[in-house]
Order: sequence, then structure tokens, then C-alpha cells
Amino acid sequence: MPAFHQLLETTPRGLYCPAGDFYVDPHFPVDRAVVTHAHTDHARWGCKRYLAAAPSEHLLRMRMNDDAEFDFLHYGESITIGGVRVSFHPAGHMLGSAQVRLEQAGKVAVVGGDYKLGTDSTCQPWEPVPCDLFVTETTFGLPVYRWQPQQQTTDAINDWWRANRDAGKCCVLYGYAVGKSQRLIAGLDPSLGTIYTHGAVEKGNEAYRKTGVQLPETTFVGSVDRKQDWSGSIVIAVPSAHHTPWMRKFGKVSTAMASGWMAVRGARRRRSVDRGFVMSDHVDWPTLLEAVELCDPEIVWATHGYSSVVARYLQEQGRNAEVIDSRSRADQETVQETGQETDEAKPAVDAGSTEVSE
Amino acid sequence: MIRFAELYHRLDSTTKTNEKIAAMVAYFSTADPADAAWATYFLSGNKLRRLVPTKLLRQWAAQEASIPDWLFEESYHAVGDLAETLAMVVPPGKLETDMSLAQWVEILLPLRDMDEEKQRETIIDIWRRTPITAGRGFDSSTQTQTGLEITSAPMRFVVMKLITGAFRVGVSKRLVTRAIAKQCGLTADIVSHRLMGNWEPSATFYKSLIDPDGPDASASQPYPFCLAHPIDLATGPEPLGDPGDYFVEWKWDGIRGQVIRREEQTFIWSRGEELMENRWPEIEAAAESLPNGCVLDGEILASLPDGQVLPFAQLQRRIARKKVGKKLLSEVPVVFRAFDLLEHEGVDIRSQRLESRREKLEALLDRFDHPNLRICDLISGNRWDDLATIRETSREKNAEGLMLKRRDGVYDVGRVRGTWWKWKIAPHTIDAVLIYAQKGHGKRASLFTDYTFALWDGDALVPIAKAYSGLDDQEIRKVDQFVRKNTNDTFGPVRSVTPELVMEIAFEGLQRSTRHKSGIATRFPRIVRWRHDKKAKDANQLSDLLDLLPPVVESD
Repeated sequence: MPAFHQLLETTPRGLYCPAGDFYVDPHFPVDRAVVTHAHTDHARWGCKRYLAAAPSEHLLRMRMNDDAEFDFLHYGESITIGGVRVSFHPAGHMLGSAQVRLEQAGKVAVVGGDYKLGTDSTCQPWEPVPCDLFVTETTFGLPVYRWQPQQQTTDAINDWWRANRDAGKCCVLYGYAVGKSQRLIAGLDPSLGTIYTHGAVEKGNEAYRKTGVQLPETTFVGSVDRKQDWSGSIVIAVPSAHHTPWMRKFGKVSTAMASGWMAVRGARRRRSVDRGFVMSDHVDWPTLLEAVELCDPEIVWATHGYSSVVARYLQEQGRNAEVIDSRSRADQETVQETGQETDEAKPAVDAGSTEVSE
Repeated sequence: MIRFAELYHRLDSTTKTNEKIAAMVAYFSTADPADAAWATYFLSGNKLRRLVPTKLLRQWAAQEASIPDWLFEESYHAVGDLAETLAMVVPPGKLETDMSLAQWVEILLPLRDMDEEKQRETIIDIWRRTPITAGRGFDSSTQTQTGLEITSAPMRFVVMKLITGAFRVGVSKRLVTRAIAKQCGLTADIVSHRLMGNWEPSATFYKSLIDPDGPDASASQPYPFCLAHPIDLATGPEPLGDPGDYFVEWKWDGIRGQVIRREEQTFIWSRGEELMENRWPEIEAAAESLPNGCVLDGEILASLPDGQVLPFAQLQRRIARKKVGKKLLSEVPVVFRAFDLLEHEGVDIRSQRLESRREKLEALLDRFDHPNLRICDLISGNRWDDLATIRETSREKNAEGLMLKRRDGVYDVGRVRGTWWKWKIAPHTIDAVLIYAQKGHGKRASLFTDYTFALWDGDALVPIAKAYSGLDDQEIRKVDQFVRKNTNDTFGPVRSVTPELVMEIAFEGLQRSTRHKSGIATRFPRIVRWRHDKKAKDANQLSDLLDLLPPVVESD
């Protein structure tokens, strides 16, 4: 099991800080969890105490068990747990997403969580945090993944909406319920028509708005007459709604999926949607390498995705890098595959997003 | 190229036939004739052959992307398509001027004759000049179809596809034909006929293709083939009505071909529109005695002088050769069994009833009695039951079943329902165990979809066939999950899995083989169904398969 001083070690339950006796993004319910962001494969349901970055408060309270205790810190603010200085720094993945910085005896470990370097108006941008150990995700850790500027993608989405509106169709755009959907909505041109939302997406919108994020006006699909004319409008829905009876009421539709996986034609075609928009909340190949350069750690731990590829590449570049996935290779590939079921590398743990109800 | 890449993108983004046709019509209506000709060429499934070895493309892409070769291969495994991997791995280039499709072909064709260094320079230059996607913002004149979005066209991918091979964008030659016909106002049959055979993609060709007055057909030009619909084996032929309305023939297992005799020349075309020159000297020699202005449709068969048809495996020995040696000629003689006459005395008679075409065919072939060019006999049977009994003897005759053709039917273009039916015999099936799995390509990239099946030989499982098709998407996903969870060993891309899943495998034919561990080669194996009710131990024995081998085996 890789370990870094008393700061961090890998355990079957996830990353553990022995000095502070807490887990970071544990895989199972534990007493004390420090979480990077509110996606449920990172913020695991059922822990006794959660510590997270302040902007994720509404999302976490909405999604975690009521009997848990919550503590929140502003970005950059720190507390000391068992002699370990703990602070959160923006990760740019979604609202409230953070890198967890741990410091003790002059050594600094940073758990990057999920992160991206690109533009996103719904959350604070990623900041490099110099460190000795950097734990990086590798969801899209292959050189074929290279994102376009966000503006190009949002323009393409609005063009698609406009064209289908003019053709009398209703657009249905699929994205992960929390994070991706709000980023998509923020990029829509509300002058084109009404923006409707699936229930799980609307809940996410509420949490975003409560936190102070500006989003265009949205209407919950279930709050209006199902027999109304949906043509010309856009519906933001979770991917699991695709091909379900819930879709019928919209009449003639054009469907699209927004995800980093859409960069590959095979994945796009398997999805059987009309359009695939490449929009990811994870680092692509160039920005992953850029992030490592900026943090310039003594050692990199690679996890979540193409970890062995990234570790090998970094090693060949003269860096000290290790794979820390506790799960077997076959499992990881399953995660990538099921990632296409929900969204990016997220197993279908997000119960809220799979409900197709009104 | 942006326009063509946009067309590609639109074709790729829909599964609806009408939308595909609309996209092509839109393209053809404004494309330059030279571009339209090349688009027709590529979309019909043709390619520029052997421009650059793919091994070199991989190396150069890795160099240009500053990544090691192994990382390129990892990327390729994830993407599942070489052209797409090449397009995505190399950092985006800058588009200065957008060249047309025909101009691109002019750049690509010379690659074939360049030395390696010059090829490398050219390919790298292409990468530097192509963005991964193009479209909006580059050329306002590309915003052609009003009311339709301007897509981000996968420009570099399409260029790479031109270099690496065929498109596979879900468009058949038939569909391209319909689009051109719709655009220019001619019937699809006319366009289809003009697109048969060999033609040079050029502006001149395209202009004559859509010219209402038509081009002068060349002597070698074949007619589009009429194809048969399968009869559902569960319901049988009864719904077809009275057997007396049909001509019945054996469905021979050979190579469908068209023999053309015009202007003292003979041309033999395959159904894949390949001109088969010097392959069948016996048939060519026989055709010399045919009158000019005569086109026969029939089947090329390996057949002994007494008329006995040899197994397809024997014919395969001939197919592989471009030039046939004396020994092979005597061992595997071939015959052309004609079953239809499409052109008679220089006149296209495809619109006549089959009865009348057959009458002319009989009269024509009666006149000269040549052992290598014979008529395909009719089978008589007054009731479906009688025919069913005859059909049961297909395997003994090395036939695949029966053909039923409406006596009053015209010679249709393509697979039109109702005139020609094929009533095949049920395939052999066997329950086999899945032992190896490999990832698929294209749409199935990164899913385990290619399987190897085995039968029991004592306590050992002996591989007998690879099968790729037959499961639906949901089943594929389940097998995929199974493979990931039950991998015991990995050999390159192949996973060895715990022998647990049993599937029923169907195949068309069997032959002995020294190249296969099992001693048997199966033809066209595919999955019929997943036998959830069976455990691995319940699968068939290898000896069960050996029992299915035809009793008479040719000495090889």
C-alpha cells in the first residue's frame, strides 16, 4: 500500500490520513470524511461527519444523510486536525469542488479530487497548489482527449437548439444532474426559448442558486401541463431518461449528450443520441500534464481512470509516479464503461439522477 | 473539405434513411461536379488503396504528438478506430485555406509513389494544416443549408479516413444512388446502372451520370444485380401463394456473376462489382461462342464434368488466385450456371417477365452445348410439401436450399421484396462455450464483442469458431461485464475467461482443416442465442461437430 509519511496512505476504504485519523473521499461510510465535492462517488452517503469546502454546503446537505454533522471551510481557510493542517482550494470541477491540502512537519500532500483547468462560470477556477505529493485523477488521461474552448461548445449547443427550434422540434440535452447540467444551463441562450429541467436537475439548480450562482430561468418539467406544446424549447435531463416513457410527451425531439466521452465516435454512437457535445469537467491530457508541472510535486499518485497510462508516462518523463487504485484493472474499465451510462466516470451511484419521475 | 466533412458528420449523426438522403441531396445539389464524383466514389465504399503503410502512420503520429509508441497504442485501443486515433492524438493544425475534396485527393494520390521520407513530410504537413474539427467561423460560404445548423465538422478524421480506408458511415451504394437520383431527377435504376462497373471519379463522369440524355454505356458495363429475400424458416413459403406461380431452382453455393458478351469481348463481373479477369478461363472461353449483345446472370460453381457440384471450399481455392495454374484447373473445373438473361440481341430485357426471359435463355443456350456454360435447371414440384422434401436434399448436392422466382416478375434492381425468394436450409447449430474475448471496433470499440467458442474434447476445451454477431446490445453489455469480471489471463488484446457462458452457434458449412486446432473450419459462424439454461459441461463435444462433416471429403 503506498503511503506518504504520516499524511496519506491508501486503504481499502480509500485515502486515509493517519496523523489526522480521517479519510478523504472514502469509498465506504466512515466516522470522519473530508470530501472534495458533492458527487456521490466522492461524498459517500452514511458518514458521521463531513468536512468540505463552503460553496458545496447546499449540495451536500441536499444529498447526504440528515443525521450527519457538517463542517465547512472557505477556500484557503485552514483548520488543524490531529496536528495536520487541512485546507480547501478550488478544483474547478463543479460548484464547491476542492483540492484538499494536508500539511504536517513541512510536508504537503494535495488530493486533487476531480478537477479541470478550463472556463466554467458556475464555479471558481482551479488553482495550482505547490505540494510534495499530488493525487491526480486520470479519467481522460490519454492524448486523444483534448478539450476545445468552452465557448466553442456552448455556441454549438445553442446552434443546435436554434436549428431544431426552427424545425419545430424540442431539444433534449442530457448531462449529469449536478455540475454538468448547471454548467450547460449557464451557457444556454435564454432568448431562444424556454429551458425545462428534469426533477434531479432542478434540485441541483436550487442548490446552485442558493449558493449565489446566476443561472438563466428554468422550469421543472413536472410543474407544467404535459400536453402543452414543447416544440422550440430545450429540456435538460439526466442520461438515464433517454429512451424512457418520460420522453414521449415532448413529441418530436432531437437528443444530445454532453460529456467528455463524446469525443470518441464509438462512444457517441453507442449512446444513440442525435448529437454528442464534448464538454467535460475533468482535465484533458494537456491540462493534466500542465497541472502536474504547476504543482511540481516530488511524487504523483494516479487514480480514477487511465492511472497506469499516466503513471508510466510521467515516469518516462523522469517524474516519480505511482498508481494507487485499490480496485482491479477490470473494475476500472467497468467504471469507464458505466461512465457512459451516467456521465463521466461516475458509477450509477447518484440515486437522485436515475429517478425518472415528475 | 469542410463541406464534405459536414456531410460525413450529418450522415454519421443519424440512423434515419430519409435524413441521410436529405443530407446527400443537399451536398450533391451544390457540390462541384469533381467533388460530387469523389463523394460518390467514397460513400459507395471505394477507397484509395495502399497510400501509406499504417505502421508508419502510427509512428509518425506518435512522433508528431511527442508521445511514445506504446501510448499511441493505448489510445488506439481506447478509440477503436485508427483514423480517429490519428486525428485526435496529433495536436490540432491550422487551417489556412479550405481545399475541396477533389483537391485533397490530388494531394493524397501521389503518396502511393513517394519514398518514405517524402511520405512522412507530406503526412506531417497534412496534420499541421488540418484542425481536428472545422466548420463555423472559418468560411461563411459553407453555411449552405438554410435552417440547418452548421456543424463542427470532423475534418481531420475524414482526411485520415481517406488515407486509411473505407468510411463505413452507414450509407450503402444503393442509398447514394437514391440521393443522386433524387437530386438530378432521374430514376434510381438508371443512376444505379450508370454507376455499375469501373468508372473514373471526375467532373466529366459526374456530369454524364446526371445527364438526362445519358452517357454512352461502355461495353463492359454490367447491370445492377437482382437480389433475393430470405423466406422466414418458421413460417415457410406458404404465404407466397401458389407454387405454380414460381420457377424453382437450386440455390447454389458459388459466386454470383454476370457474363457480358459485347463487341466481341467477354466480361465477367462479381456481385461486388469486381471485374474478374483471367480468373475463369473456362467460362471466358465458353462465352466466346455467345452472340454479341448478350448478358447472362448466374452462378460460378466448382463442378465435375458429370455435373456434380463441389463444396464451396474447393471453389475458394480458385478464388484466391489471380492466375490459375494447370493443376488447379484440372482439379477444380468451374462452370457458369446461367439462370437469367438480362440483355438479348443488344436490348435490355430486364423489364420483361421472367417466363419470357427464361424462354429466350433456353433458346440461346440450346444452340450451343458447352460444358462450362450451362443453364440452371428448374425443379418441378406441384406442392410446397414436395418442394420441402426436395429442399431437404440440398446438403447432398452442395446447395444452400431453393430459389423461388415469380414467373411474371421483372428483373428488379437490388433487394426488392416479392419477386425473388431464397428458401435456405436451416443451418447447423451447436452449443459451445465462450473461452476468449476481444474488444470490437468502431461502434463496438472498448466493449468485448468478439468471442471465441470451444467444444469439449475429453476434459479439454478446443476452440472451434470465432463469432461476432447475433447478440443484442443489452446481451453484449452483459457478456462484456462477465468478461471483465472473469478474466483469467491476457494475451495482448485477447482475454481468456472462465468457461461458463454457453451459446448456440450456427454455421453454414464445415470443412476439414489442418490449420485449426479442432481440425475443422466453420463457415460464417454466428450466435443464435445465449443458452442461459446450459452450464459449460452441457456444451457439445467436438465429436458432435465432426459428425456433421459431409461424408464424402475431397482429397486435398
